[in-house]
Amino acid sequence: MTLVTLDPRKAKPFPKAAAELLRDTQLRKNVAHATDVIQRKRAAVVAEKEDWQALRSAGAEIRKEALRHLDTYLEQFEQQFIQAGGHVHWAEDAVEAQRIVLGILREAQATEIIKIKSMTTAEIELNQSLESNGIRIYETDLAELILQLGAEQPSHIIAPALHKNRQQVRELFSREMHLPDLTDEPAALTEAARLYLREKFLKVKAAVCGANFLIAETGSICIVESEGNGRMCLTLPDTLIAIAGIEKVIPHFSDLEVLLQTLPRSATGERMNPYNSVWTGVTPGDGPQNLHVVLLDNGRSHVLADEISRQTLQCIRCAACLNTCPVFRQTGGHAYGSVYSGPIGAILTPQLYRLEHALSLPYASSLCGACYEVCPVKINIPEVLVYLRSRVVDRNRGKLASVFNQERIGMKMMARIFLSPQRFEAAQRMARVLEKPLVGKDGWIHWLPGLGGQWTVARDLEAFPAQTFREWWQSRPKAKGGRQ
Amino acid sequence: MRISLFITCYNDTLFPATGKAVVSLLERLGHTVEFPLEQTCCGQMHFNTGYRREAYPLAKRFLSIFQDAEVVCIPSSSCVAMIRDCYPALACENNDEKMAQEVDSLLPRIFEFTELLTDHLKLEDVGAYFPHRVTYHASCHGLRSLHLGDKPLRLLKNVREISLIELQDADRCCGFGGTFAVKNAEVSAAMLDDKVRALLDTRAEVCTACDNSCLMHIQGMLHRQHATVRAMHIAEILAAGTDR
Repeated sequence: MTLVTLDPRKAKPFPKAAAELLRDTQLRKNVAHATDVIQRKRAAVVAEKEDWQALRSAGAEIRKEALRHLDTYLEQFEQQFIQAGGHVHWAEDAVEAQRIVLGILREAQATEIIKIKSMTTAEIELNQSLESNGIRIYETDLAELILQLGAEQPSHIIAPALHKNRQQVRELFSREMHLPDLTDEPAALTEAARLYLREKFLKVKAAVCGANFLIAETGSICIVESEGNGRMCLTLPDTLIAIAGIEKVIPHFSDLEVLLQTLPRSATGERMNPYNSVWTGVTPGDGPQNLHVVLLDNGRSHVLADEISRQTLQCIRCAACLNTCPVFRQTGGHAYGSVYSGPIGAILTPQLYRLEHALSLPYASSLCGACYEVCPVKINIPEVLVYLRSRVVDRNRGKLASVFNQERIGMKMMARIFLSPQRFEAAQRMARVLEKPLVGKDGWIHWLPGLGGQWTVARDLEAFPAQTFREWWQSRPKAKGGRQ
Repeated sequence: MRISLFITCYNDTLFPATGKAVVSLLERLGHTVEFPLEQTCCGQMHFNTGYRREAYPLAKRFLSIFQDAEVVCIPSSSCVAMIRDCYPALACENNDEKMAQEVDSLLPRIFEFTELLTDHLKLEDVGAYFPHRVTYHASCHGLRSLHLGDKPLRLLKNVREISLIELQDADRCCGFGGTFAVKNAEVSAAMLDDKVRALLDTRAEVCTACDNSCLMHIQGMLHRQHATVRAMHIAEILAAGTDR
């Protein structure tokens, strides 16, 4: 369980990782149950909104506008943030971001930090980097705490410990917090976490967070959360460092009107998040006095440059696409070999790595379209998946290895066959002859060689019928209006 | 009405019964069916697997073959989705002005089989008789690309003596996904396993859908498990009994 790597440069290809995880029946049960619960809640609160489709369109427009003029809005945000008393840092990649955070912490003489759940910090492996430099980290989000205590990796964008059930959490807390009598009642588990964390909130002087939105107009940061741990981290420490991808900026404060309706409904199935924090700069005597934001690129500029796939950056990380995805439902998040899993991870991860890694991910989808249907900012994930597949195929064109690639040979051959009805008819006839040795007495094929063998791992295939449709059509008597 | 049939490559080769049923029903309803013999494939498999360059000439072929059709009937929701959703993109990325115009002109005349019946021919009762327990699987492309909604079910509800049983999670993908079924065979099979379980729970004799690709997938596992449920394209049910 702890052996999964979420580093796309080292992760196993999706089919291989997935095949291993599919054997973990407990994990599959946990994932199916949790995503079913969230989906039911989401469906109920989405159904309440008569203008849901209009809200989706408005959300998409807000995000598109931000991306269209990203440079302008980022500079505006920077200016406003500085004016309000904060410090702005720009990080081109993960290493630079790690170095900036470590520098700020060293200057503040901080040796420990409390953290709000943040996928961006997971993306840049901030915890590992800080720990190796002697900084102690306390994750304060309940799910993140579960993962930290169990030395595990997140498997979901908003519910990172979604793959665990409460019996497993009880076992972990009991062991790590030395609570032999702990029960698996949710209230008992959260109380244990609360007592454990309260002490950290009160003593640790520096915090690291992500950001749901950066507001260009006012230089504000917005974070939504459910547990109140975020509010603690944002108000109690002296030093606060926010790390956000450059795409997180939105133009106007009033854009929150739309996004704070669609995000909680899509993410947790709530009308509103229990805690919505929006803060601007430094206020003397109130809250963090040493305020920093790190604006992270880490491949995003390259995503932005592509007209078709830039919509990926519209994402507001609600994870509705994960919850509805029938593939994610089977495998959970770890199969994706990236902190960003599910349909959005399948399009974001390979792009962040400039299509040098994670090339199996665009294929990790049956293109059922459920993700697009639920996306609150209308990212056409199937469209991007198929587009990225073509980029994967195109980058291999002309390479020697592709000459011997079964799939490529098959595709090329089929394309040639389909270009001529004569060739197509000949192929239909030939297939009927070639299949003969494979057809069983029951008229079905139970085993196929090569790639086709992947079909027969779980499915039979009926033998070709004796007559194709076009043969039948041509044999029809003219009187029936058949022949032309 | 003069209806041109695009049977699709895999129906032509593997499921001729579906094509025969479509022809039989449409002729029964008084229409003339044409089948242009030059037709082969819409290019979906190539496009969806990443071979856009190979899909492009196939799309152009399709357009030129059906350009003059009065209406085109296609008994496969995913192929219709390919033509509606992806042909415009292919024309655009190849800067093919001519193709873009052909797509624009042809799209309003292209109908998925059940769409043709309900939207264009304004029919919900086609006079079919099918005395069996049937459950309906909502194929993804029909559901989310074509927005077929309950159109197929409205047609089925009007079939004489049919007993329709609701399939749990009818709108969840069966795991086929074209080449997904072989490129991610284990995950695909796990998805299919859920679908087949739900299907067997209905005690239906027949599972139907608007797409034989899903049905081929479902039938493939049913056969492997020695289950006697039959997968049957909706056209075959709607054509049944019309010759009485």
